[in-house]
Amino acid sequence: MNFLQFMMANRQQVLELTLEHITLAGVATLFAALVGIPLGILITRIPQLSKPVIGGANIIQTIPSLALFGFLLPAPWIGERGSRLAILALALYALLPLIRNTYAGIRSVDPAVVDAGRAMGLTDRQLLFQVELPLASGVIIAGVRIATVLSIGLATIAAAIGAGGLGEFIFRGLAMVNNQVILAGAVPAALLALVADFVLGRLERRLGSLRLKS
Amino acid sequence: MTAPPTHESAIDKPAIEFDHASFRLNGRLLLQDLVLSVKQGETLVLLGRSGSGKTTTLKLINRLLLPTAGEVRVHGRPTAEWDPIQLRRSIGYVIQDGGLFPHFTVERNIALVPRIENWPRAQIATRVQELLAIVGLDAALASRYPSELSGGQRQRVGVARALAADPPILILDEAFGALDPITRSQIQKEFRALQQKVRKAVIFVTHDLREALLLADRIALMEEGRLIVDLPATEFSRSGVPLVRAYVEAFSRLPDPE
Repeated sequence: MNFLQFMMANRQQVLELTLEHITLAGVATLFAALVGIPLGILITRIPQLSKPVIGGANIIQTIPSLALFGFLLPAPWIGERGSRLAILALALYALLPLIRNTYAGIRSVDPAVVDAGRAMGLTDRQLLFQVELPLASGVIIAGVRIATVLSIGLATIAAAIGAGGLGEFIFRGLAMVNNQVILAGAVPAALLALVADFVLGRLERRLGSLRLKS
Repeated sequence: MTAPPTHESAIDKPAIEFDHASFRLNGRLLLQDLVLSVKQGETLVLLGRSGSGKTTTLKLINRLLLPTAGEVRVHGRPTAEWDPIQLRRSIGYVIQDGGLFPHFTVERNIALVPRIENWPRAQIATRVQELLAIVGLDAALASRYPSELSGGQRQRVGVARALAADPPILILDEAFGALDPITRSQIQKEFRALQQKVRKAVIFVTHDLREALLLADRIALMEEGRLIVDLPATEFSRSGVPLVRAYVEAFSRLPDPE
């Protein structure tokens, strides 16, 4: 039985695991964005924080993923369900590109434009939402894109702690020494990552063109 | 809304006054004991080399900086006592190449201050059309982005944006410095004509003596954070002050107007 036949025979489960996978990676990226983008903005306002915050996110990224899942396992409430734990771990990994790109995007806005805005009497909030964020949006979306692709890839490991997702096929295939089963998990996961990369890449180019208009 | 000066203060008090203002940054004195004032309707050109303190002087007016000693007063009131946002909205500001927002159309760029001051939409639209006419731009340009304009057009939009809410004071920092000589000369003449109509209190920063002589009622020469002279434009070239002489000679030696 080749892997396509296996997929067709198990299409119901492939679909379920794919949806689970999208949920894991999607919710994790969303949480990471809700924390990472404001953090990225914050460290442009308080530059002393930029080193510790980016450094911290960097360190998280160096922890091997299986070890991170293991560390979080004893945590109350989070550790009770595999999916909660997986989402937290994936969100932690996704933080770095989001914080770093938000910070770099805002910092790269032409200071002459920001100064002009301030001199015209824009408040800090107006400067942020009307000038800095729109002009940084291309770079920020690039961060979202990296974080999304990263989460989709890493989410396969979440199956190791019973969080579900396409990793289930991969681990099952490994245990059965069956390449077809491994591919039934790996190929859809790779396709998901490619699609997300393509869609967000187009959005990024569209927003990036705002900046080129200067 | 921006607070226009009362008639009394506009006549009695200068629009802008530097009262022994100094600015020190990290131990370096960038501006030293400046005494200078500009009346409503008057154009003062701050002339000087790079690093002479011209831009620092401008930033003290709209409270991008506060003096570390002395006082700067706008309409008789120290800048330290102004709400910085209100103060800045009552001062039009033009920089080199316009400083336009690249992601806004010409119309939104010009309407910036009226919009944040919550003018009614219809009034903003009328005002934008009016301003495009004042600075000599085709109304059809309103929907373009800055990148789709020539340097001269961008500069005109920059002037229109500064004038949008009809501020009593206008400050320009090397505003026409990025333009080619022909466009530059044309815009200088137009600006002079415009100023004769609108009668703002204008402070214009440049290092170009010709520009200064063309636009100024008074020229203030600065050097290393200090005011060297403050003279009527008509007397400037005849001054015997050595630094003024050096400046005038440097320009008269140029073979051809830029």
